[in-house]
Amino acid sequence: MVQSLDRSQGRSGGIAAGTSNNPTFTGNRALQIEEPLIFEMGQPGRCGVDLPEPPKVKDRLNGLKRAGEIGLPGLSEPQVVQHYTRLSQKNYAIDMGVYPLGSCTMKHNPRINEKVARLPGIGDLHPLQPVSTVQGALELIDRLAHWLKTLTGMPAVAMSPAAGAHGEMCGMMAIAAALEARGERAKRRVVLAPESAHGTNPATAAALGFTVKPIPANDRGRVDLTALKAALGPDVAAIMLTNPNTCGLFETEIVEISRAVHEAGAFFYCDGANFNAIVGRVRPGDLGVDCMHINLHKTFSTPHGGGGPGAGPVVLSAALAPYAPYPWIVKDGDTWRVAEDGAAVDGKPLGRLKAFHGQMGMFTRALSYIMSHGADGLKQAAEDAVLSANYVMASLQDVMTPAFEGPCMHEALFDDSFLKDTGVSTLDFAKAMIDEGYHPMTMYFPLVVHGALLIEPTESQAKEDLDLFIGALRSLAERAKSGTAAEDFKAAPRFAPRRRLDETLAARKPVLRWRPSNNPPEGDPMKQAAE
Amino acid sequence: MRYLPLTPADRSDMLAAVGAKSVDELFNDVPASARLPGKVAGLPDHLGELEVERAFQAYAAKNVSPSTAPFFIGAGAYRHHVPSTVDYMIQRGEFLTSYTPYQPEITQGTLQYLFEFQTQVSLLTGMEVANASMYDGSTAASEAVLMANRITRRTKALISGGLHPHYRAIIETTAHWQGYSAVSAKADAEGLEELIAKVDKETSCVVVQNPSFFGHVRDFTKLAAACHAAGALLIVVVTEVVSLGLIKPPGEMGADIVVCEGQSIGNGLGFGGPYVGLFATRDKYVRQMPGRLVGETVDADGKRGFVLTLSTREQHIRREKATSNICTNAGLCALAFTVHLTLLGEAGFRRLAELNHAKASELADRVAALPGVKLLNDSFFNEFTVRLPKPAAPVVEALAERRILAGVPVSRLIPDDPSVANLLLLAATETATEAGMAPLIAGLKEVL
Repeated sequence: MVQSLDRSQGRSGGIAAGTSNNPTFTGNRALQIEEPLIFEMGQPGRCGVDLPEPPKVKDRLNGLKRAGEIGLPGLSEPQVVQHYTRLSQKNYAIDMGVYPLGSCTMKHNPRINEKVARLPGIGDLHPLQPVSTVQGALELIDRLAHWLKTLTGMPAVAMSPAAGAHGEMCGMMAIAAALEARGERAKRRVVLAPESAHGTNPATAAALGFTVKPIPANDRGRVDLTALKAALGPDVAAIMLTNPNTCGLFETEIVEISRAVHEAGAFFYCDGANFNAIVGRVRPGDLGVDCMHINLHKTFSTPHGGGGPGAGPVVLSAALAPYAPYPWIVKDGDTWRVAEDGAAVDGKPLGRLKAFHGQMGMFTRALSYIMSHGADGLKQAAEDAVLSANYVMASLQDVMTPAFEGPCMHEALFDDSFLKDTGVSTLDFAKAMIDEGYHPMTMYFPLVVHGALLIEPTESQAKEDLDLFIGALRSLAERAKSGTAAEDFKAAPRFAPRRRLDETLAARKPVLRWRPSNNPPEGDPMKQAAE
Repeated sequence: MRYLPLTPADRSDMLAAVGAKSVDELFNDVPASARLPGKVAGLPDHLGELEVERAFQAYAAKNVSPSTAPFFIGAGAYRHHVPSTVDYMIQRGEFLTSYTPYQPEITQGTLQYLFEFQTQVSLLTGMEVANASMYDGSTAASEAVLMANRITRRTKALISGGLHPHYRAIIETTAHWQGYSAVSAKADAEGLEELIAKVDKETSCVVVQNPSFFGHVRDFTKLAAACHAAGALLIVVVTEVVSLGLIKPPGEMGADIVVCEGQSIGNGLGFGGPYVGLFATRDKYVRQMPGRLVGETVDADGKRGFVLTLSTREQHIRREKATSNICTNAGLCALAFTVHLTLLGEAGFRRLAELNHAKASELADRVAALPGVKLLNDSFFNEFTVRLPKPAAPVVEALAERRILAGVPVSRLIPDDPSVANLLLLAATETATEAGMAPLIAGLKEVL
């Protein structure tokens, strides 16, 4: 007899509890289609490409021809299209709605950026073509560099870092290089970072051999200037500070901080993750910053892509500019050239951090975004981002608990005291948002706020959509506080492609790849129907 | 402004709700000295889409597109045909505009393709486990050295003269600023380098490349054994991942860490980035691995699902004690890689590799037949080195003036070694045609 089956091939198999009401034959739920792994779909003799028969040649592989099967599955093109389309439908994305992940700036990704990045003559250039054949590409990079320098009020920019964390490494190496040039690298071994810093900051500093000393925050969520001054001394190399900070607040004493840091002979590294709040309105160079990475995928809309690729150009002050890594793009008269390793440049490059010339595809997209906005649009975008965050904060302050008094910048930070004694945790609250059709906010970061909920709406949401989002959060907060809904929250999400996943099991018994023995496919409905 | 949904009426309503008279009030925390009176000076205002597109077409027109010229450039980035399906898939908004899968219940799409990607990379490299990708091959190589230093608790890396010079430079830069030692052998254009005698009790790892930067295919089985006898690790770098369709994988030679540039599969040349780094190792070293890892688990209903796992290695948990400062991977480029490789499958991937080898064999024979030109390779995959009778850089320039993109003069990447001045690296992939090879050979005859 035909019985309904779950084709998810879960480790435990069988019909899942959550779908036992109204089960379906396939295990699918309308548009939610269960999808096996490609390794469970392949058949020998299927292929998704047609390539010509290679001419017979004597191989010149030094006797090292690959023997045996690689083990790659064979699928036809329609199967491949269906597989990845079905997978895509299990993802939340900016294109679907509010994606308020604090500190990540999930703004609209314009499609013109994708189009221009793929133009023949841009997207298909080889990085080592003769420079005479890539003059337009070098000019494009320089044009973006010009915008980044002007928007930040900084004299130089290192374009090659591949992501924000890579930019941090670049900036901190430049600081180490400047200290080395002064003969102070051995004695300045301490890097100061607020407790609220992104994890990458201490990780970067430690990788370069610095000792990381935390700086406490004051009760207004800002760096405690007195504590900072007390920590500064002849052993301090730099401070790494995010501004606006990870609590979504502008460091009001930033000018005093940079002055004190410089008076102590140290440098000011600014984490530019939150540049979207101030771009076009405030230039970090006017705040005394020595270097700052710019996440092109945050402020300048290059796609987040499921976690990269990013790009992290680093703007540099006059004191650090000479140490920018290779390559340098230089203009001689009317001609652009690339100064690569060992080339004479007007400086002492700290070395090389990435092959070729940086994330060109991201540069193209970012420049497209920047030109589309212009000086006026960038300023308006920052203002709208800040206004939207304040609107969310103001609209929720009576039912949730803002961590600090406002106004905030581009993100609104709440703590979990509104959930006290409700039996609902920050995690439960976030998972319940999934059932309302939203990606949750950033949770439990920054670490300085208990049960943190960090909401960054960005400038890309219409007011009606913000209002609906606010309404959903108000409803959840009120339900949580009713004291009767804790079990419902613990069971969330109910309507997502998967319910809560067992992360402990994943870490305790890591299964990091498919093997033929992992999951004997057990739930083929056709086979079982026939039996 | 087409990207900004708030109307002036919305803004005033929202300001009223916030209790601010103007948006300027929201920026009152900015010190007065840093408040700009208006827009940032010296920059133009916004443009419509048509104007933006025209501006980029103007940049493009100043370049020579490889699709319009005979093209034989490799040296760590390779021109392959990418099926249309790949670019279509990676532009689906659900992939393009999603982020790191922090919420696994609503990012199973990303997590499952990364799990499939990890499996594909393990299979290609012949290794046990792979991560969810790195920025690119060059930065992954440097991370591999750091990982070997952590595992062996030693600080001396030996760098082969067959390693791509940019990769070597990155390792040397990182070594200098992070305080370990990287000892680089001299450029190995002939492919005869022997490193076994240099491995000692202080060596943390040996970094080799296969095929080498100069194109030679080497067997590192004995080197791996020598490394292991000395307590060191062998790191094998592959910059042309298509070669793994035809050449014995590093895992079968005893490699401990394998790092590849994955650009060749699914990702265009893009003037050097973004690309995708592949990173694979042995199970026993997985907890020292950098980067993100996706693992299989079950959900509350017992259904199979995937999550980011073993994150206690990572910066957002471990902060200054993390294995690496790396945060993002190259998710979308990894998707392009995995979609293309799924289209290829076993049969297509092997055939693609065979085609590349056949095209390069033909090119090598024709170039080596030119008077005064010597082929340095007994073995190669799709790229080889020739010694010209005169310096290679001006030859390449002269051919570029004829709109022929004729390989990379080795001196561009190794400027300080006069012995490589006449060496030219040439690559031929499945995209090479007679219509490209004939002008290259004719052009070389003219300028040599």
